Amino acid sequence: MGMTMTQKILAAHAGLDKVEAGQLIMADLDLVLGNDVTTPVAIKEFNKIGADGVFDKNKVAIVPDHFTPNKDIKSAQQCRLIREFAHHKEIANYFEIGRMGIEHALIPEQGLAVPGDVIIGADSHTCTYGALGAFSTGVGSTDMAAGMALGKCWFKVPEAIRFNLTGKLQPWVSGKDVILHIIGKIGVDGALYQSMEFGGEGLASLSMDDRFTIANMAIEAGAKNGIFEVDQQTLDYVKEHSTKEYKVYSADEDAVYTRVIDVNLSEIKLTVAFPHQPDNTRTIDQAGDIAIDQVVIGSCTNGRIEDLRAAARVLKGRKVHPRVRTIIFPATQKIYLQAMKEGLLEIFIEAGAAVSTPTCGPCLGGHMGILAKGERAVATTNRNFVGRMGHPESEVYLASPAVAAASAVTGRISSPEEVVL
Amino acid sequence: MIKGKVIKYGNNVDTDVIIPARYLNTSDPAELARHCMEDLDPTFVGRVNAGDVMVAGRNFGCGSSREHAPIALKASGISCIIAETFARIFYRNAINIGLPILECPLAAQEISEGDEVSVDVNTGIITNHTTGKVYQGEPFPEFMQQIIKSEGLINYVRERMGQK
Ligand code: SF4
Repeated sequence: MGMTMTQKILAAHAGLDKVEAGQLIMADLDLVLGNDVTTPVAIKEFNKIGADGVFDKNKVAIVPDHFTPNKDIKSAQQCRLIREFAHHKEIANYFEIGRMGIEHALIPEQGLAVPGDVIIGADSHTCTYGALGAFSTGVGSTDMAAGMALGKCWFKVPEAIRFNLTGKLQPWVSGKDVILHIIGKIGVDGALYQSMEFGGEGLASLSMDDRFTIANMAIEAGAKNGIFEVDQQTLDYVKEHSTKEYKVYSADEDAVYTRVIDVNLSEIKLTVAFPHQPDNTRTIDQAGDIAIDQVVIGSCTNGRIEDLRAAARVLKGRKVHPRVRTIIFPATQKIYLQAMKEGLLEIFIEAGAAVSTPTCGPCLGGHMGILAKGERAVATTNRNFVGRMGHPESEVYLASPAVAAASAVTGRISSPEEVVL
Repeated sequence: MIKGKVIKYGNNVDTDVIIPARYLNTSDPAELARHCMEDLDPTFVGRVNAGDVMVAGRNFGCGSSREHAPIALKASGISCIIAETFARIFYRNAINIGLPILECPLAAQEISEGDEVSVDVNTGIITNHTTGKVYQGEPFPEFMQQIIKSEGLINYVRERMGQK
């Protein structure tokens, strides 16, 4: 019986020739990640262990991105705590305000995630790096603490669902629509405890940014990780961003999957997830007439350069609807700079949008765009749970950057085709 | 043996409603407990008693990886959670902080709000004293029992490091 991609990576990191679904293993870690919300809790636990230092100063990354630039005194205290810890433990990959980005956009960009890695992060969207053919998964703060001390983490070897991609995306359709479509189909617990393994001939037509978006939202189907087959595009990305050693794993031909799902990319339409669950999806033509108050473009899901380009294509020479606030936050400083060089920021500001320094900000209802009672937002983020972006009676509609930008112009949920003629 | 009164919720209770992000600028358990379940059930904090058992449907604890969620539940007095299924990060977080949780679809469906139940974490046996029904929950694999016995992953790791 063969192994899936994930099983092979886990076996190699546990020093085993073979693992089976359900087996509990201890695996070596290539990277341990935390942010300003989860790291303070991890530090408390880490100090209880009584270890002298972290297992490897180059294999821990700490990114203050959630409540930064510090939103209030309490978050400033939290950031001070993690800054001092990073300094004291000489952690190489601590990213200060001004040099940072939203962790899941930043880590690949910095070359800290490569194919074949095992990565844990005290943040659920750590699964993003599966786009690079790594095993990466979200854990809690205590796992982060133990990981920092030991360089190891316990895992239950997951089963996998295989997604066979065919075809090619239609104009305006993006990775966001693919993953919303899939979650709509299998449900928010459709891949519970399992890996989502993506491959097939359709893969070649998906950009790296599309793949990051898809892997990012694997957790929204309850998955342990999302993972992509490695192809030439992946290797080009790695070459451009990293000097780390990497190893390409592929699934055995006789790997066992709980399900094989065929996804024809050519058939996927622009998709929106209605409140209050990411699986409550509708294609744009069935969205109906939904007036909105705010648009948020950014986050670890859709704050990369291609996302900003898509938004700019819609907003260029147009104006944000007078009743709508539009907030755009590039996911890293590098992306911000790139957007500036390409003239995208000018397009946004001319259109009447606010452009922010990288932060998680409104994505988790933290700051920089909180919704009032009864307000509605279209967001390119990944969660639309009750109260996610503010008041418990506000609503979040998840969509792609193109749909979000089009909605900003019309003031209601709209297709870019309505706006860009 | 855990014994307590049941507080019951439905499917897909996410960590954003267990502890909303607006309170994540602190990690103090007592402060987190003051806002536990606030967006789903504003009456929770007022009526939960130490030892109470939470029962819920599918995919309990989905969403964000915030360990603040099980910490808030534990600090609010919840002694054990029984659900049809748990989201995986919540599952590991609860075990790692030493909060017992059990998967048992039948028990999760049949037990009602206000019932008196007891739970034997070692065997996975759940007894509903109100109805007299007994259920067999999924017992923990041995490795996890060791973590629970050590009262969390940190003590478990300390013990391991001590052996080195
Ligand atoms: S952007 Fe949103 S989903 Fe991504 S790490 Fe930040 S808070 Fe989490």
